[in-house]
Amino acid sequence: MISNLDYVTLQQIWWVLCSVVGALFLFLIFVQGGQTLLWQVAKTDTESSLVVNSLGRKWELPFTTLVLFGGALFASFPKFYSTSFGGAYWVWVLILFTFIIQAVSYEYRSKPGNVWGRKTYESFMFINGSVGVLLIGAAVGTFYTGSAFSLNDMNQVTWQYTLGGVNLRGLEAAFSLFNLSLGLFLVFNARVLGALYLLNNIDLSSVAQLEERLRKAVMTNFICSLPFLLYVVVSILLRKGFGVDENGVVSMVSFKYLFNLLALPHLLLLLLGGLGLVIWGVLLGALKGSYRGIWPAGLGTVLVGLCVLCLPAFNGTAFYPSTFDLQSSLTIYNASSSEYTLMVMTYVALFIPFLLAYVAYLWKQMDSKKISIEDALDHEAY
Amino acid sequence: MIDVDPSLVSWSRAQFAFTAMYHWIFVPITLGLSFLCAFFETIYLKTGDEEWKKITRFWMTLFGINFAIGVATGIILEFEFGTNWSNYSWMVGDIFGAPLAIEGLFAFFMEASFFAVMFFGWDRVSKGFHCFSTWMVAIGSNLSAVWILVANGWMQNPVGMAFNADTARFEMQNFAEVVFNPIAVSKFTHTSSSGFVMASAFVLTVSCWYLIKKKHVEMAKKSIIVASVFGLVASCFVGFTGDEAAYEVAQKQPMKLAAMEGLYKGETGAGLVAIGIINNTKVPGDVQDPFLFEVKIPGMLSLLANREFGSFVPGIDDLVYGNKEHDIMGVNTMMEKGKLALADLAAYKQARKSKDDATAEAALARFDVNKQFMGYGYLDTPEEAVPPVNIVFNSFHLMAILGSMFPVIFGAFLFFTLKGTVSEQRWLLPVGLFTGLLALFAQQAGWVTAEVGRQPWAIQGLMPVKIATTNLSTTSVQITFAMFAAVFTVLLIAEISIMLKAIAAGPEVH
Repeated sequence: MISNLDYVTLQQIWWVLCSVVGALFLFLIFVQGGQTLLWQVAKTDTESSLVVNSLGRKWELPFTTLVLFGGALFASFPKFYSTSFGGAYWVWVLILFTFIIQAVSYEYRSKPGNVWGRKTYESFMFINGSVGVLLIGAAVGTFYTGSAFSLNDMNQVTWQYTLGGVNLRGLEAAFSLFNLSLGLFLVFNARVLGALYLLNNIDLSSVAQLEERLRKAVMTNFICSLPFLLYVVVSILLRKGFGVDENGVVSMVSFKYLFNLLALPHLLLLLLGGLGLVIWGVLLGALKGSYRGIWPAGLGTVLVGLCVLCLPAFNGTAFYPSTFDLQSSLTIYNASSSEYTLMVMTYVALFIPFLLAYVAYLWKQMDSKKISIEDALDHEAY
Repeated sequence: MIDVDPSLVSWSRAQFAFTAMYHWIFVPITLGLSFLCAFFETIYLKTGDEEWKKITRFWMTLFGINFAIGVATGIILEFEFGTNWSNYSWMVGDIFGAPLAIEGLFAFFMEASFFAVMFFGWDRVSKGFHCFSTWMVAIGSNLSAVWILVANGWMQNPVGMAFNADTARFEMQNFAEVVFNPIAVSKFTHTSSSGFVMASAFVLTVSCWYLIKKKHVEMAKKSIIVASVFGLVASCFVGFTGDEAAYEVAQKQPMKLAAMEGLYKGETGAGLVAIGIINNTKVPGDVQDPFLFEVKIPGMLSLLANREFGSFVPGIDDLVYGNKEHDIMGVNTMMEKGKLALADLAAYKQARKSKDDATAEAALARFDVNKQFMGYGYLDTPEEAVPPVNIVFNSFHLMAILGSMFPVIFGAFLFFTLKGTVSEQRWLLPVGLFTGLLALFAQQAGWVTAEVGRQPWAIQGLMPVKIATTNLSTTSVQITFAMFAAVFTVLLIAEISIMLKAIAAGPEVH
């Protein structure tokens, strides 16, 4: 059956698959959000241990998903991989740095002889959860705002943005209010998800104050996220977009993303349904005394993430536009791997449900019993 | 092509080499120690002896400390292909990306998911499922090595692909050829088994320290038995796979083999240099002796390279300047053909842009004749095709000499442990104490041989490193190099300190 799929369909399937991985990542960064809550919600060593050990059981999932996201983009859209990673060098390097310092932090934080002290590793976690997530949001924002690059005949990228004679290599993404707003929304949403996850995962029976602070954090961070969310959504609906005609010529089109939403109503449903689920999750966690808010809020984040990643790629739109040279913009049709490679990878992707099933099974096994004080203070705990 | 500053190429190479070598301090221990933990836990499961559980948990603690920094130093490698080698990643993304994606999908998720069960699942899942999870971490870790080595193997021997002039990249034609590339197969078997040797040597080092200090003696002896059996089998296997890897290098990368052996003039019945000191003033084409001193095993290099004692092994001069007698085309000739290919490619692109189909077709036909040499068209001199001989020769011989010692060391430990007298062998314990360090040197030397030996190529014969880089400022790469050096060193200091504390504490805390 897969061998009968045409090239365009394969390209579209692979953008959707990459978007699914990206959207799952946006959910799984509840770990990063939780890291930024550590100093705010945990006031005693025991509470800190509970929070860190709860997050520490999951830290590898967003990390691995980020690696998979990079690998999937390299495999299916190599021109995006080479243009964006090579062009916006400093943004990606800084994002990766925050993940490098995170990767050791759980294991080393409370180990004897860790040299730099517990606070240093907790600072690493905070930087990863704040700066790392903010920059990821800014990088995703460039799907809508574009970047200043050009490609030559051999598809080599030249980054064109300079400030005072210095080529900022992608750092200029942070100068855009839209990109910053998307980044800050992601930071606050990750904190909402982090608080909801901790409510679900920790045995809070003997740490009532921690529970109170977590519920408060759900609401305050949700409220903080709203102005940024509102700005991003309104801006997407009103801004000019990078349209591509049948001949592959790119031009600026007014209300392009609004038209895309109307032309692709399933994306509109994803957006509205996703936002509704996030609000439901927040209400469950902040006001209803429930411990299950993470599930609707997590699913909602995945749906919104899918919409945000698919909206600038379909319906004749350039997903990685160049503001310097419109015709260098990347579409899912000019940036993808060959038909043969996409077909081979589609066979491989048939195993994804199996992978998701065993990850979910293991998650269920490990979370069947909540993290208790005993677990957090065990000699092998983080 | 965009002309880049040569210093940018050097710094980009230095950064990749630095991050890769740092990463490779930890990875081989992970590859092997994951299996050793699985062996220890399986023995516990079969015997129900709590001592084995204690041993398992102790080595698992060290595994976890090592694993964390391995993960931290690894993430940057995947993304460095894009950040620092973007031209390369576009050229090879159609082929190289698929193995990396499969690696993420199958291996990393397997590793990451079962890792949590392995470390925190002792009281949450059954004994059998826990042991199964430990095995899955071991298999996942080693599976992740498969795919990155498939990608590396392809760079050394690009197969199963064709160059597409329209997209200006290499495109995959046959996935099976890419996966079962003989260089990739020998690279995986050689690398993973050398990881088993590294981890066994690590266990030997820690256990010998305990025996010398007369602490945790029973645990140390039990650990040595398992590690020396695993290490002995693995180190013998490394010998066989090394022989296979060298044979493949001789067939596919003869210049690398010539550099590994410091062979300038090709010989029939060539000897293998057992030990030697390279003459650093020697350059291709001159009449100087390549060695200040050497001891050769007659005929052995021919046997190694071609499976035939009396066969001809080409030297650097034959490969650079050609050898009509043995029908070897020189780099100088290949450069001429490569430059024609690049000119025809440029003409094709220009004709396509101006929609002149007839000219485009003619240019493409000419390009097809010489496209296999296109990489040589980027070289400025034939001598540029020669890797740094002294580095490649010395690293190869260091690896080979150390590699031949390990079966003897593991064999001795196994013999005396089975005899029950290992803790009385005052001469052997210090040897064991340093075996881990020697194995680490062998690991690093092996990769230096493989990667410096393929210079100047990013993709053998098709793409030199100087056109593979991202068009960055040298300063940017210098800054990120310094940042990586600083942060990796900070993390390494913490890792070593935590590891030493954990070893000093021993298994009792569990």
